[in-house]
Amino acid sequence: MTAGLWKIILQGVGVTLQLLVYSALLAAAMSFVAGAARTHRSRLVRFVAGLYTEVFRGTSALVMIFWVFFVLPVAFGWQLVPMWAGTLALGLTYGAYGAEIVRGALAAVDPAQREGGIALGFTPWQRLRLILLPQAVPEMIPSFSNLLIELLKGTALVSITGMGDLAFSGNLVRLALQQSAQIYGYLLLIYFVIAFLLTRGMRGLERRLKAEVAR
Amino acid sequence: MTWDWGAVADFLPYFGKGLVVTLEALALGSLISFALGLVWTLLMRAPTRWVRWPVGVFTEFVRDTPLLVQLFFLFYVLPEAGVTLSPLTTGVLGLGLHYSTYTMQVYRAGIEAVPAGQWEAATALSLPVRRTWTAVVLPQAVRRVVPPLGNYVIAMLKDTPMLMTIGVLEMLGRARLVSQQHFQFTEPLTVIGIAFVVVSYLASLLLRTLERRLVR
Repeated sequence: MTAGLWKIILQGVGVTLQLLVYSALLAAAMSFVAGAARTHRSRLVRFVAGLYTEVFRGTSALVMIFWVFFVLPVAFGWQLVPMWAGTLALGLTYGAYGAEIVRGALAAVDPAQREGGIALGFTPWQRLRLILLPQAVPEMIPSFSNLLIELLKGTALVSITGMGDLAFSGNLVRLALQQSAQIYGYLLLIYFVIAFLLTRGMRGLERRLKAEVAR
Repeated sequence: MTWDWGAVADFLPYFGKGLVVTLEALALGSLISFALGLVWTLLMRAPTRWVRWPVGVFTEFVRDTPLLVQLFFLFYVLPEAGVTLSPLTTGVLGLGLHYSTYTMQVYRAGIEAVPAGQWEAATALSLPVRRTWTAVVLPQAVRRVVPPLGNYVIAMLKDTPMLMTIGVLEMLGRARLVSQQHFQFTEPLTVIGIAFVVVSYLASLLLRTLERRLVR
């Protein structure tokens, strides 16, 4: 492989990482909002949050990407920049999975903690922010770590729409070189290294958060 | 927003064909992942680390890299090695291999969840290895294994659209073909989006019934 072809691959890595960060942020926001909303007092709020998670968990990420890229512009006249279209599709889909993680972790906090908050006259928002979340978040990290790897693998899907991520640039290089085994081997290796680093980072984060709760 | 029921009607026959291919890929992919996952689990229990280590690294690698790129790898590299398979066969192999690295964890957890006392009792009764597995360990492990395996089948259903990229005409492939011919993207893509929600919902209902049967 020549230096020029490596440059294409590196650009792809850049796009993949950028997409990963944006969609992870959107997914995290969606998981906390929808996950906490499922414990809300109002039935309507619970229903809307439940509908969101069921619909987005039920459908395929790739179908969602196609929908955002090809149906939104025609049906609603919203032509999004590819990066934002990819972020929206991935963030909403994986956010629905994350909402289940948040809901489960909140439900696993000892009920006495919630009752203690009520007895001390905390508002629901204070209870969530000061009592429930600090205890629930460290428990969520291992599941979120797995979800982050799934999201990384999911980012490869946007290459089908022609967005220049790592998988797409790999395909370009393959067309230039015609050496499939080598190129796809490199691609898989790069994805694996990113996944490895992410897992390590999340493990460190978990240790830090657990230490803070213990303090 | 425009919605054309005529386009939906035009798409339905193709949708049916696509659905059949999707379910076919799902069924075969699940069978491969169930069988291959068991092979990985047994290899990981091998006495020598010269077997455990390579199997561990390989399965970790497959689990942490995108299925899409793995499909490209199989689809373009196997012919170079002289193995020519149809797109559907390649896709089913890819799905099965990818998900076998998940099912192996399910099997391992299921076996490990059998209390140590059960193993010790089997030893105390001097049951032969075969009977220890078939009469003591497996009946207890299966109960713990079925629900997560079912969840992975549903996850695999949602990954079948990727087979489109190597030329399998499953639901998304059909939808794309039809929408490109008629320049109507909204209806076919929305129909299959709803179809995925419906099929995975039905599958989860089926799974819940199965779980209840097993617990009894």
